[in-house]
Amino acid sequence: MLRDITLGQYYPANSVLHKLDPRTKLAGTMVFIISVFLFHTLPGYAVATLFLAAMIAVSKVPVKFMFKGLKAIVMILMITVVFNMILTPGEVLWKLGFLKVTREGVQLAVRMAIRLTYLVIGSSIMTLTTTPNQLTDGLEKALRPLNKIHVPVHEISMMMSIALRFIPILLEETDKIMKAQIARGADFENGNLIQKAKNMVPLLVPLFISAFRRANDLAMAMEARCYHGGEDRTQMKPLKYAAWDRAAYGILAAYLAVAIAFRVAGI
Amino acid sequence: MSIELKNVTYTYSPGTSYEIHALKDINLMIPDGQFIGVIGHTGSGKSTLIQHLNALIQPTSGTILYNGEDIWAEKYNRKALRSEVGLVFQYPEHQLFESDVLSDVCFGPMNQGLTREEAEVEARKALQQVGFKEKNYGKSPFELSGGQKKRVAIAGVLAMNPKILILDEPTAGLDPKGRDDILDQIAELHKLRGITIILVSHSMEDIAKYVERLIVMNQGEAVFDDTPKAVFAHYQELEFMGLAAPQITYIMHALKEHGLPVDEEATTVEEARGSILSALKEMHSPLFHEEVTGGQENA
Amino acid sequence: MGIIKAFKLGFDYLKYDEDGNVQDTQRAVDDVNLDIEAGEFVAILGHNGSGKSTLAKHLNALLLPSEGTLWIDGTATDEEPELWKLRQKAGMVFQNPDNQIIGTVVEEDVGFGPENMGVPTEKIWKRVDESLQKVGMTAYRHHSPNKLSGGQKQRVAIAGIMAMRPKCIVLDEPTAMLDPNGRREVLKAVRELNQQENVTVILITHYMEEVIHADKVYVMDEGKIVMQGTPKEIFSQVDTLKKYRLDVPQVTLLAHELRKSGVDIPEGILTTEELVSALCR
Repeated sequence: MLRDITLGQYYPANSVLHKLDPRTKLAGTMVFIISVFLFHTLPGYAVATLFLAAMIAVSKVPVKFMFKGLKAIVMILMITVVFNMILTPGEVLWKLGFLKVTREGVQLAVRMAIRLTYLVIGSSIMTLTTTPNQLTDGLEKALRPLNKIHVPVHEISMMMSIALRFIPILLEETDKIMKAQIARGADFENGNLIQKAKNMVPLLVPLFISAFRRANDLAMAMEARCYHGGEDRTQMKPLKYAAWDRAAYGILAAYLAVAIAFRVAGI
Repeated sequence: MSIELKNVTYTYSPGTSYEIHALKDINLMIPDGQFIGVIGHTGSGKSTLIQHLNALIQPTSGTILYNGEDIWAEKYNRKALRSEVGLVFQYPEHQLFESDVLSDVCFGPMNQGLTREEAEVEARKALQQVGFKEKNYGKSPFELSGGQKKRVAIAGVLAMNPKILILDEPTAGLDPKGRDDILDQIAELHKLRGITIILVSHSMEDIAKYVERLIVMNQGEAVFDDTPKAVFAHYQELEFMGLAAPQITYIMHALKEHGLPVDEEATTVEEARGSILSALKEMHSPLFHEEVTGGQENA
Repeated sequence: MGIIKAFKLGFDYLKYDEDGNVQDTQRAVDDVNLDIEAGEFVAILGHNGSGKSTLAKHLNALLLPSEGTLWIDGTATDEEPELWKLRQKAGMVFQNPDNQIIGTVVEEDVGFGPENMGVPTEKIWKRVDESLQKVGMTAYRHHSPNKLSGGQKQRVAIAGIMAMRPKCIVLDEPTAMLDPNGRREVLKAVRELNQQENVTVILITHYMEEVIHADKVYVMDEGKIVMQGTPKEIFSQVDTLKKYRLDVPQVTLLAHELRKSGVDIPEGILTTEELVSALCR
């Protein structure tokens, strides 16, 4: 059950998107998110949908994976939609007691739903086609100027990539610990909030101890492999823009231009 | 106190490209009081199988009966079942969490509704039966050695007074002495409490020495279910599944091939010694003079 | 002097009280002398808590001696200010396969060591290709380590060490968490590295079957080296090994029992073939 979470999970394939520089993909994701907020009409959303569909097709990642990430935000999505529908004032379409659904509310709700969904799918495309390492490399390079004001960019990106590597391992471990305690009669489902919190102790203590142990082991393994900070470190996969990236930036610029044009023209 | 599996099938992520048939049409009868071994390489379905026995996993299809009752029937009390069918997982680190050993072992019994005092009675009994010394009851479980942790983990389940005790690779990571000690202790428990023991192991040598019945899992199927001797006779098929018979089996077959009339069914060092000695005697081998040593009776 | 040499090596674990004063010391390694020649396959045996892992961490300068000296390729570990340079010479593989893989893709993990050493990019790729080849994991280079079996993960870890081109590789119970197939896989890889690449191997383990091919075996107990010799010499002392909480392969034990019962065969039989030819002369 816990293993179903795909957010931040890489899907290995051999596509143009996989080959792009992570910085290009970061920029692309940003452009796409901006565009989703610029578009506000049906033709606009059609363009965004087309763009998204094209990206999914190019990525060679099965569509199913894209939508898996949505599972995590289904609740947020529902709440947003419902609240927008009943809380927006305007022309009343349907009424039950003090609850009113308005035309403007429905429009806003649909727009929010589309934005949220596209946001998640858009960022899923990036995380599914970019290894966490490339992603942190990209961020490291993009954020390098911050080094000047003593932000430890290398350390932060190293921590992020290690965290990403251990998330699936710790999730699996959580599963195992839960089973081991359920076998001893532990109950993680029933009871009031305080009881529930108390019942988590047999899960959290072994999990934390294991996490510390892993951290300790990993630190030692990194030292054994000559890790001594970011100084004099070379890279196996240094970030270099290739022809693909130039083309991608071109496409992105064109797409952004369309989004702005639509907004300005009011389409 | 029997468990019966009827046509049990379990599929991970059904309907996706990750679909794995972890169990395929398993039929098993586990009666009272047996000492059963389960063997199979990683991914053979043996872990999935044992988690079905105490309702941690629900089968995709098929039924599991405990004392004739369907454990997945709507009103069935699966929490109560888990006290009857105790499962000890491979890593004690996954279950130890209290600040001292005694409290940790009390966790199970207290979940059954016992008071702390009543639970302590059960905990002390269980700790004593796994050979854990009383002077260490107050220690933190985290400062114990691997073998001691394992004992506390077993006691933690045993204190719930299960009728069936399932142990998933109880010897993993232990050194040879630690391994023998734990297995001897488990065999002792079997005698002492008369409960059913199901031992999951990678080691054919351990299995051969202790169990009376051996289930071999391969690709989600129970391919053999017989006495260890009968199963090891299929040693070539076992190899084909990435398993192997105990080293003794190979030695005995090799000796027989080279003309020594030994019993190929011997699986333990003790049996092999007896069989080789009598074979040498029968052959009037110059290597062995019975009168000098007092013969094969000296153990 | 050999590739690794220890002279009167001692190490104490210190236990501190709440004020940070030393409360208690526990001797984990005691008066150890070692001299390991380049190209050798050396096994260090010992039960859990015998001090073998503590000793292993000295061989890679992860721990520095409390007493005595340890030399890696002629340099004393307590005299080298930049320890990572020594660690590159004596690479180390640990027990838990999950806790030593840093990369999220196999090839990126193998490249981690060379990256830290400052090897230029093209050369990193060459080293990664070679190392994956040596452990037979080239087909998995684009995989996520999480999807591999235990044996495969350990082979990736070994490749990660090989990519640093060490003179010596120390394996601290690399098979303790693996199933029999994984164990075979890892040992095969290690033996091939020793034979084909001439890498010095120091294997720390408590599985007896794994050391029968070693050139030299050391047995540890209570921080001291209590036995040393060839596998044959060590395994002929079945009762002494038992005293140190160890055992011998079943075939050796059977031969030992037969001998005790008066059968005229030599001590220290290590393989089925040896036993068969001893009995069926």
